[in-house]
Amino acid sequence: MIAEDLKDFKRFTPKTLPKEEPLVFGHRACQGCGEVLALRMVAKAIGSPMIAVSATGCMEIISSPYPQTAWAVPWIHVAFENSAAVASGIEVGLKTLMAKGRIPERKITVVTFAGDGGTADIGLQSLSGAMERGHDFVYVCLDNEAYMNTGIQRSSETPFGAMTTTSPAGKITAGQTTWKKNLPAIMAAHDIPYVATASPAYYLDLMNKAKKAALIQGPAYLHVYSPCPTGWRHGTDLAVEVSRLVVETNIFPLYEVIEGKYVVRKNTRLKPVEEYLKQQRRFSHLTPELIQIIQKRVDAEYEKLLKLEGAKEEKKEEPPTEEGA
Amino acid sequence: MPTRKGMEVSIAVSEAVKLANVDVISAYPITPQTHIVEHLSELVADGDLKAAFVPVESEHSALSAAIGAAAVGARAYTATSSQGLALMHELMFIASSIRMPLVMTVTNRAISAPINIWNDLSDIMPQRDCGWVQLFAINGQEAVDLTLHAFRIAEDPRVLLPVVVNLDGFILSHVIEPVEMPDQATVDRFLPVFKPVLRLDPDQPVSLGNFGSPDVFIEVKKQVEEALIGSEKVAAEVWKDFESLFGRTYKPVESYKTKGAETLLVTMGSITETAMTAVDAMREKGQKVGLIHIRLWRPFPFKEFFQAIRGAKVLAVVDRALVTGGVGGPVGLEIKSALFEKKERPYVAEFVAGLGGRDLTVEVFAEMASKAGRYAKAGKEMHYEMIGVREK
Repeated sequence: MIAEDLKDFKRFTPKTLPKEEPLVFGHRACQGCGEVLALRMVAKAIGSPMIAVSATGCMEIISSPYPQTAWAVPWIHVAFENSAAVASGIEVGLKTLMAKGRIPERKITVVTFAGDGGTADIGLQSLSGAMERGHDFVYVCLDNEAYMNTGIQRSSETPFGAMTTTSPAGKITAGQTTWKKNLPAIMAAHDIPYVATASPAYYLDLMNKAKKAALIQGPAYLHVYSPCPTGWRHGTDLAVEVSRLVVETNIFPLYEVIEGKYVVRKNTRLKPVEEYLKQQRRFSHLTPELIQIIQKRVDAEYEKLLKLEGAKEEKKEEPPTEEGA
Repeated sequence: MPTRKGMEVSIAVSEAVKLANVDVISAYPITPQTHIVEHLSELVADGDLKAAFVPVESEHSALSAAIGAAAVGARAYTATSSQGLALMHELMFIASSIRMPLVMTVTNRAISAPINIWNDLSDIMPQRDCGWVQLFAINGQEAVDLTLHAFRIAEDPRVLLPVVVNLDGFILSHVIEPVEMPDQATVDRFLPVFKPVLRLDPDQPVSLGNFGSPDVFIEVKKQVEEALIGSEKVAAEVWKDFESLFGRTYKPVESYKTKGAETLLVTMGSITETAMTAVDAMREKGQKVGLIHIRLWRPFPFKEFFQAIRGAKVLAVVDRALVTGGVGGPVGLEIKSALFEKKERPYVAEFVAGLGGRDLTVEVFAEMASKAGRYAKAGKEMHYEMIGVREK
């Protein structure tokens, strides 16, 4: 099925990047924001005709101060926890109006953008519902690992050890005490056709995944790592570097789950997690012991991921992995 | 010629939704709304209604999906009740403020706790200030007709607001009543295909639901308020049009045996017909009692209301919800404040009754009417009285 959907899929190269900018300049994101960078790339990769849905959050606020808008494509924001449900209504609305001949028949990609809080916490129910129902849309989680819009409070996507305003580095506990919720796995468990993780440092990989997600019939989920210099306390010139290190340390591996089959982008430049952690002041309180605990967890999780890939690979040949930047 | 036939009111409402040719129905089951959405899903499954039925995972998503569908220009419908409506609360404001002309049926049911599936108006009354047009049906025929009116009012370019049609859970939704189903051809004349003023269209991109700073927020709210108040005029036009096509008359406030009446019962919803029976009995005994019922609750039809109560000395207001820690119920509150600036005003006796499905019989209405008369005569200062409460 996916093979059919992707038969005309052509990978982007640096020379074939689309000129269209669904999200234009002039928005009010913080200096060095990695999230708006990721958002722009996804929007660019998918392009018109599209209808964008935003959950409440940084990207919604910075792009839509009435009477201005940074959206050059039709865009709607309704609330925080319901962006997948709004997208459901848009998708069935378009389908029905096309079937009744009230609007011209054509492919309009419905894309939802939400943060990690809007996806993994308050929006998980509506997301799960929309995925289970099989709506043809792309859901993009722009994961900056905390509630940044409200002032850096922890979410279930905040990594272990990270300091936020509600998981402070205290005398008894040292930042976030829980491990990051594995949203891509939860999405894969919905048996949707396409799940992928991506990072803006690997911009071609990210844009190719976004394009695939749009072409594939049925629900697609993209989990996009989105550095937040303001919340993570790192230099405003470091978003891309941090986005690369998180992949090179195996903390945020890049992979796809295509019709249940895991395809992992192999890490050829493995680095210790400390390289990543030391750039961000949200981790500055971590002791060598805690860093060791994180290293062990990251190693184990990566092993698990490779096993998932292996388990599925026994029967077939290894498909080509995504080319990065 | 259309004929009247016995139908369960829920089924009749879903048939009206079918006649309205909706494009998208999104719904989550809750008693006593279920028969409406079950029947709609059957109509869709059989191809009798060309629409999408989205069986969402919560009422929050039901309204969210309806908003999404309306945003692309689809005629969208949902239905709920009680806790489901409470779960939608956040979105009620948003639907009106981003001007989504969708229609929702609420089969009125008490809000928990104690958990209770029976009828009162404590689910819809907390939604009073959400910017929706709100209509109340007193019987099955009205439930059908008002459903059709609702789409016309909502979609009028001067309104562009969501509309809720209230019908009492069980005591109206589940009874079999004689209903005249309008014919499709005439409905199509009355309610043509929805032509949205604005929609999410890749060829003409718009942003909906933007962030509003203090510089613009109040202006948006004022526009919604003006549209809501203006919807009364539109409703009047819609009802005039409906009358000419179908022969049934609708007004924002209806009067029953008010001529020469000193005391007027004031009701909303299906208890009205029981109250009418009580008025008949009291009139037979020579008591000067009449009734008005409020069909259009939001916007509140002040002019029509004052006209309807003209000459009455006493109002016995029947509220089926409580404004806790206040002066009684929402209808009483509305009426008292409306009358405040009038030099001559009737005595208002405010009763809170029928909560959680407690039966409101003919005798109870007679009791309220006669109590109201007595209290007025004695000049009793009353906030409100709860009717039928066991003290032991």
